[in-house]
Order: sequence, then C-alpha cells, then structure tokens
Amino acid sequence: MPSIEVQQLEKSFSSNAQALFSGLSFTLDSDECLCLLGPSGCGKTTLLRLLMGLEKPSRGTIHVDPALDEKMSYVFQEPRLVPWRTCLENVLLPLELTAKNNPAARNRAVELLQKIGLSDRLQHFPAQLSGGMQMRVALARALITQPKIILFDEPFAALDERTRFHMQDLLLELKARLRLQYVFVTHSISEAVYISDRILLLDNTGAARDIRSLAFSERNQSLKLTPAFNAVVKEYSSLFGEMEDSMNKSNAAKPKL
Amino acid sequence: MIATMRIWIADKLPAWVFLAGLLSIWQLIVVQEWVASYLLPSPLQILDTTLEMWPDIFAATLSTAQSILWGLGLSLIIGVTSALIFFSIPIARRAILPFCIFFQTVPIIAIAPLLVIWFGYGQPTVNASAFIVSLFPILANTLTGLQETDPQLKELFRLYKPSRWQLVFKLQIPSAIPYIITGIKISAGLAVVGAIVGEFIAGGGLGSLIDAARTQQRVDLVFSGVFMSSVLALSLVYAINLITGLLFRRRPYLRQQ
Repeated sequence: MPSIEVQQLEKSFSSNAQALFSGLSFTLDSDECLCLLGPSGCGKTTLLRLLMGLEKPSRGTIHVDPALDEKMSYVFQEPRLVPWRTCLENVLLPLELTAKNNPAARNRAVELLQKIGLSDRLQHFPAQLSGGMQMRVALARALITQPKIILFDEPFAALDERTRFHMQDLLLELKARLRLQYVFVTHSISEAVYISDRILLLDNTGAARDIRSLAFSERNQSLKLTPAFNAVVKEYSSLFGEMEDSMNKSNAAKPKL
Repeated sequence: MIATMRIWIADKLPAWVFLAGLLSIWQLIVVQEWVASYLLPSPLQILDTTLEMWPDIFAATLSTAQSILWGLGLSLIIGVTSALIFFSIPIARRAILPFCIFFQTVPIIAIAPLLVIWFGYGQPTVNASAFIVSLFPILANTLTGLQETDPQLKELFRLYKPSRWQLVFKLQIPSAIPYIITGIKISAGLAVVGAIVGEFIAGGGLGSLIDAARTQQRVDLVFSGVFMSSVLALSLVYAINLITGLLFRRRPYLRQQ
C-alpha cells in the first residue's frame, strides 16, 4: 500500500494566476524517501504544504495512508522554535498540545536531545543556540511524536556545509534505524542524490520528471567523491538544465501582453 | 569592579553635576531676593518644610500610593481580561471597543465630580479615578499583543491541532507579554495623574495636601507635595523595571526584532 497517492493535482492561489503542477500525479511507496527538486517558484514548498494539509488543492486529490495520519511530522525551512521555551520545552511542545506529555515522554525528549548532541543545552533558550543547533532542536521536535514520515522544507539551506553534511548523515541514520520515511525539498542536486531513493524534478511550467532507483549500497560522505555518484549528479544537472531550457523556450513562445 | 564604577560615574555624573548647579542657582536667586520667597521658596527651605512636616507628608504619600496601586492593579486585571474577551469574541470588540475609545477621550478632570457623587469623598473615588485613566493603555496594548502573534508560530502550533485555550495560553498570551508590560508602564504614569486629580476633588493624599497648601499660600509645602508625587512616579517605574527585568531573566519573552 502506498504511503501517499497524488492524483491530477493542481493548485492556484488566485483565479488569474497560472496554476502550479498542472495535473501532477505520483505515488510514494511505503519504503521510499523522496526529494523534491526544482527552481525557485516551481511549487516545492506548496506541494509539501499540500501533503501536510496546510493548504487545500484547487483540483485533484491527495490520499495519505490512514495509518500515517497521526504519524506525519513537518520541519519548516527555518527552525521556528518558540523563543520563550527552553530546548527541552520546545521538543515537548507537540506532546503538550496533543495531551501526551508524561514523564516517559520527557525522558524520550532528553534522550533525543542527547542523541543529537545537545544534552548540555536542555535548559537553554533558542536565542542562546547557533543556527545548526536550533535546526537540530527542530528535528528533535519533529521526531518526538514518533512519526513514520517527515516532510522537510529545505531545512538545511541556511546551515554551513559541515553542519549540513552532518545533518544529512543524521537523516540517513534515522532512516536506517527507525525505518523513517521522508519527503525532502532541496535546491541542491547532490544533496538530493545523496539522501533520497527517488527524485521528483519539478519545473515552473508544471511538468514533473520522476527519477527512481538511486541505489547506492552504502551512503557516507565519501560516496560524494566517487565517480559513480558524480556521474549521477551530472546526469540530473543536465536534465535540470534541459527542463529550464524548455521552460525558457515556452516562456519565450508566449505572446507578450 | 573599578571599571564598572568608572562606567557608572561617567554615565550618571553629568546629571548629578547639572542638578547641583541648578539647585545652587535656585538657592542663589532666592537668597539674593531676586524673586520673593513666598513665590519661589529656596531648595533648603523646601527641605526644611519637608522634614518638619514629614509625618503628614509621609501619610499623604502613602495614601496616594495606595490609590495608585489599587487603580493600576484593577486596570491590569480588568484590562487584560477584557482584551482577552475582545480578542476571542470579535463581535464584542466591534460593539464595545469604539465606546471605550470614546470614553478614553473624556478628560478625567471632567469625570471626577461624577465619581464623587457616586463614591463619595475619600479614597474609593481616588481609586476609581486612578483606575479609569490607567485602564485603556493596558487594554489596548494587550489587544494589540494578542493580535500580533507571529503567524509562523501560529502555523507551527496549528500542525498539532491545539484547542482554542491551548493557543491562547501557550502562544498568544506569552507573545502579548512584552506589549502588556509596555501598557503597564504607560498606565503607571497616568495612574499617578489620575490619583492626584481624584484627590484634588475627593480629598485625601498628596492631592489635597497640595491643594490645602495652595489655599494657605504655603508654596514651600506645595513644592514638597509635587516633589513627593514625582518620587512616587519614579519609584513605580523603577519597581516595574525591576520586576520585568527579573521576569525576562527567567524567560526571554521579548522577540528579537
């Protein structure tokens, strides 16, 4: 049974604006991790918000496996921590709001924060943390509800490269250990190739290209240096380029108003 | 230690030197009889009177302080509560708020005689007068604070489908705290004015001490009363700063701008 099934999806924000996705359809199998890749303005974030139910589709349907309904988490582009809550309180927020906060949950939160290397920061406030640390707290907050699937909206875009690599590996580890599934929006082709099993290339015309089977037997940062990995990245870069070219052409073909 | 003292001296010394200069010139003007002492008593004469009349002045100051605290405390409770009601029930806000604004434009000095008719001479009228002038800034600021909750945080909370009360108590009230404090600071100054105006008409406290001294041509006593009322206002501001400082040291409610 697929985790997510999207059919004939379209989204427009006002009646005269061009619709996003023009009938996008895809299914996400229950063991897949997907990256959404595309130029700015192509609707990556909107697609993610639609999947989370933060927006309603204008046309088409999104079907999420009912078993996943309460098992979905979302990580925003920025950490979005509550400034007057400590790290620990921020991580516990989802449980407080769903009335599942108890001592066991607290222990789990402490454990999570330990695992992501913030055990000495439990009582710190967000303003006392670096950007990378804040993002890790946001990740812990997404994990505390024990989700089966997490939607990530370019969460590492603002991080320095080293922290970014570290977070990518953390994600792969979670995927392997908790059988966690994710949908990940990114601008970076190599990031997409590195962390996902499958890439959905979107462009501004609403066309999408679905790329499957990114099977690397073992993933660690040294993989990025191998010719095989780079060949794949190069291939997708040129695909990406082709899509942009055709997009520019179709824009040029449009009559000017 | 010495460094901090040096900074403190550099910061505060100019004001003290200026004050000393001003008082010396004042004293000189009166001693040289350039201005008659029954119009402008000298600083030393005012000090003498204050010390001589201290029991009366102290009792009057205490009575005024009580009224201010009554008025301000009531404003805080009723202001915040009505802001919460106006915020949760928009129809109540649209129906009632315009009249609050209208009521706010009526000068307290014009209402004070009415208060005497309703509450009689003495402290209840003074309390009511301090309350009326200090209510609106707290109400208006709290309402603004509740309405200006960060939309990003609101969206974060919405992911976890909170109840209305969870949203109010865990997000909206904490976001409004800096605004409430600004309201209290504005209201504190006004409450002093309201109390003294109330005392002019209803009797008691520094207001009637000043008024009685005026009728007896005791300009030195008028000055003592004026001086004590500004001491009251300053201590109030200082106390509020101290309390909010302690609060913010525990929790950083203020959002970074």
